[in-house]
Amino acid sequence: MLFRRRRSLVCRQAVELMTDYLEDALSPRGRDRLEAHLAECPHCTEYLAQIRDVIAAAGHVEPDDLPSGTVDGLVDLYRTWRTGT
Amino acid sequence: MHGDDADLVRRLRAGDEAAFAVLVRRYQAQLVRLASTFVSSRAVAEEAVQEAWLGVVRGIERFEGRASIRTWLFRIVVNQARTAGVREHRSIPLDLGDEAAVPAGRFDRDGDWATPPGQWTDEVDARLDAKALAGRLKDLVLELPAAQRQVFTLRDIEHMGADEVCEILGLTEGNQRVLLHRARSRLRGMLEAEMGGV
Repeated sequence: MLFRRRRSLVCRQAVELMTDYLEDALSPRGRDRLEAHLAECPHCTEYLAQIRDVIAAAGHVEPDDLPSGTVDGLVDLYRTWRTGT
Repeated sequence: MHGDDADLVRRLRAGDEAAFAVLVRRYQAQLVRLASTFVSSRAVAEEAVQEAWLGVVRGIERFEGRASIRTWLFRIVVNQARTAGVREHRSIPLDLGDEAAVPAGRFDRDGDWATPPGQWTDEVDARLDAKALAGRLKDLVLELPAAQRQVFTLRDIEHMGADEVCEILGLTEGNQRVLLHRARSRLRGMLEAEMGGV
């Protein structure tokens, strides 16, 4: 069993493949290897879940508010540019 | 050309202020955020974005719609911001970084976890609320190296696809993915440290 694991992925390698996995950039064989590792490794499964948490949280980052007057100021400039060129 | 884009381009060519205002409302905050990663201050970033808007006004006649307006606009901003960065002597060659996703000390000699990732919540099977995490993440992103911040922001915060981000930042697909990987890994580690994990 230990010998078999040695020949497949270890955790230190698995964590480096997470983005390729999520980006669907692994070969079919590489994908199978990682999924086989995940199926038997709760720690790497938790690690992947945390990477997904990071991505989900990023999707909720609110855009900065525009300082008041920004749009009007740029539209004023737009008018100047249009008439000046 | 995308329907909405075609309409905006037509109106911009006609000098329609409302169409210009639509673009400013839609993209200004994102553009300043992106420009900020190339220069030293928000003021310089805003200047670069303003120059980019002028570029849009001057270039709209030549815009052929091979890319979306958004891609075109973001590319112009990146060019302006890079130029401003060069003036500030901040121009740095692309640094992909070489740090491991997880420090080597967290693994044993066989490469198995010695100090595995801690649970982020006490409740079994519960994930942390993404909205609750978002506020903290927004600050942590500022600590990323510039190239990682650029890719992470466009991909995971602004939800752009890999192709568009490569086009905007002038990156190869492989380098884009490496930078995204380093950014996500680093942010996970920072959040883990904050949550009293490891």
